Amino acid sequence: MTIETLFALTACALVGIGLYGLIAQPHPLRKLVAFNIMGSGVFVLFGALAKRGAAAGLPADPVPQALLITAIVVAFAATAVTVALLVRLIEATDSASLADAPPRE
Amino acid sequence: MAPGELLTGTEGGALLAAAVLLPFVGMLAGLLLGGRWLPRVAFVLMPLGLGVALAIASARADADGPLVYLLGGWSPPLGIALRADGAAVAMLLAVAGVVCGIGAFARGDFGLAPGAGESRGAFAYWLLLLAVWGALNLVFVSGDLFTLYVALELLTFAGVPLVCLAGSGETLRAALRYILFALCGSVLYLLGAVLLYGGYGTLDMPLLAGALQPEPIAYAALALMTAGLFAKTALFPLHLWLPPAHGGAPAAASAVLSALVIKGSWFLVLRLWLDVMPGVANAAAAQLPAALGAAAIVTGSVVALRQQRLKLLVAYSTVAQIGYLFLLFPLAFDAAGDMTLREVATSAGVLQAIAHATAKAGMFMAAGLVYAALGHDRIDDLAGAAKALPVAVAAFLVGGLALMGAVPSGAYLAKKLLLGSAATSGQWWWTWVLQGGAAFTAGYVVLVALRVFRRPPAPLADLKPVSALSQWAALGLAVASLLLSLAAVWGPLPPDLLAKAFSLEELAMLPVLFGAGALLVAALARSPLTGSSGGAARPGFAGLGTAFEAGDRLVRQWAPAMLALLLVAGTCGWLLARG
Repeated sequence: MTIETLFALTACALVGIGLYGLIAQPHPLRKLVAFNIMGSGVFVLFGALAKRGAAAGLPADPVPQALLITAIVVAFAATAVTVALLVRLIEATDSASLADAPPRE
Repeated sequence: MAPGELLTGTEGGALLAAAVLLPFVGMLAGLLLGGRWLPRVAFVLMPLGLGVALAIASARADADGPLVYLLGGWSPPLGIALRADGAAVAMLLAVAGVVCGIGAFARGDFGLAPGAGESRGAFAYWLLLLAVWGALNLVFVSGDLFTLYVALELLTFAGVPLVCLAGSGETLRAALRYILFALCGSVLYLLGAVLLYGGYGTLDMPLLAGALQPEPIAYAALALMTAGLFAKTALFPLHLWLPPAHGGAPAAASAVLSALVIKGSWFLVLRLWLDVMPGVANAAAAQLPAALGAAAIVTGSVVALRQQRLKLLVAYSTVAQIGYLFLLFPLAFDAAGDMTLREVATSAGVLQAIAHATAKAGMFMAAGLVYAALGHDRIDDLAGAAKALPVAVAAFLVGGLALMGAVPSGAYLAKKLLLGSAATSGQWWWTWVLQGGAAFTAGYVVLVALRVFRRPPAPLADLKPVSALSQWAALGLAVASLLLSLAAVWGPLPPDLLAKAFSLEELAMLPVLFGAGALLVAALARSPLTGSSGGAARPGFAGLGTAFEAGDRLVRQWAPAMLALLLVAGTCGWLLARG
């Protein structure tokens, strides 16, 4: 097995775990962790693609690294915003449930 | 463009950078200057931004091709280019106009009364309005798929806090659902972009368009990106976050979310299918967005007719109208399955998007004004509203009329273009959806009109005064939507499109639509005419309405929505691969 295949399989596993968590975990914080795991899978895949050197003649393609660091910052910002919202939600309602409140008639 | 050839910037290209920078500069300046100055900064920037958009439009009219600006002078594939073609310029102009309208409206809610202190809600609102504007401009002019990813994320981060400006538990929950589901969409989009980079070594859109081959990696990438963007646009059945978010936010924020924010991800689907991947997409796969759109129109409209609150009615009408925006995709293909009707489909889509942006902003503002004045927005208790708030109610009804496709609204011309494509390509089934969608829109206009013009049982007491500027801003946007096709044929579209617009045949369409709408109301609404329930006389239809509501509740739960997201991605990929 080449190192690229290993990377790709790891990426698949991470994306799969993340997807499962996003679907099955009811708590928003767990969903957020699942999102980060899934995102990491995508990042690993991107890193492996850089090793393949899509641009000719280089040992590794530098462009994915530049994009990757941006994507990581975006994911970090998303995580921060979501956690802030979650903290406010718990402060306001004493519950972290995403389910609809019973309809007001 | 041939591979290896370097791109150069065009004259007027720097205006594109200015259009993106201006709102963000305003945002940062406002952040530094503080809440007392921020509304003033915003009010200086709005006409400036509109001016930049107009300058871009005039530069585009003088140029032969799209305007191009190379960031730092670096050409793709290594550098990043900003580009503006006709569709982007139209969207830039429309968004600038709508932002100005919403800004004028929001002065009433979030403006600084003399002597009043700073408020956190107002401070956040103006910052976020500018951020949404800048992010949208970036979506329209971005030339590569990764910059677009960043732009879409900016748009989401600006949109989510707008949902929970009020800070109540309900709105915070809506915001949290929105951001979590949007993040799922962004991961899928990013995965698709990564696959494309792996396959073709570039993310620049014109370079990709030349390099893409109909092969599995391109199918997978297009399917993943499409599904992710559907989730961000809230196309049925991925709309779990939209009704509580748009229905719960303050009116000035709902207008931004419903009119503007969802257009960003929709525009990107349009770009992907029609500009980047015409060689990969096929007519069979293009039926999927439109089929989901048709389901959105039916479900969104029926559930809208069954709402008890005006703002939720408008929010569900957005669910339906989003469906309408996706009907153009199969109609870009001719009878032989080639993408020859692309230009028509793009024009119709952009027209429909602008028509919806202006009309829906006006309608949300009107709903907000009704709420502010009456202290509630229960649809059954709206009697007398027309007399109390004539301008706001007129804005709501004119907006509804424009969305129905009354001559000479933007929706009318969009529908006409798409009906023409449906006829030439032999896809008669979309003709039914296009006309049926207009009838459903007529339905909820009729539903509201029946109530606001009634005499109230008792004279309306303690009406709160609402800002006249806000009312006129709402009406102005609605009227802009109603007159949009005149502007379109004055601008880029051929004038003969409107040649027969005022003929008896076209004008007769309106009473027919109203009749169909009234029938739908009579059949499906909770209480068609009055506050009393008329359910006993029509058990079958009332049951149908309840069934739609139950179906809507089911797909708005988290796990079904996530599974639907994966199913949409899988189906899209399967249809693409099957050809």
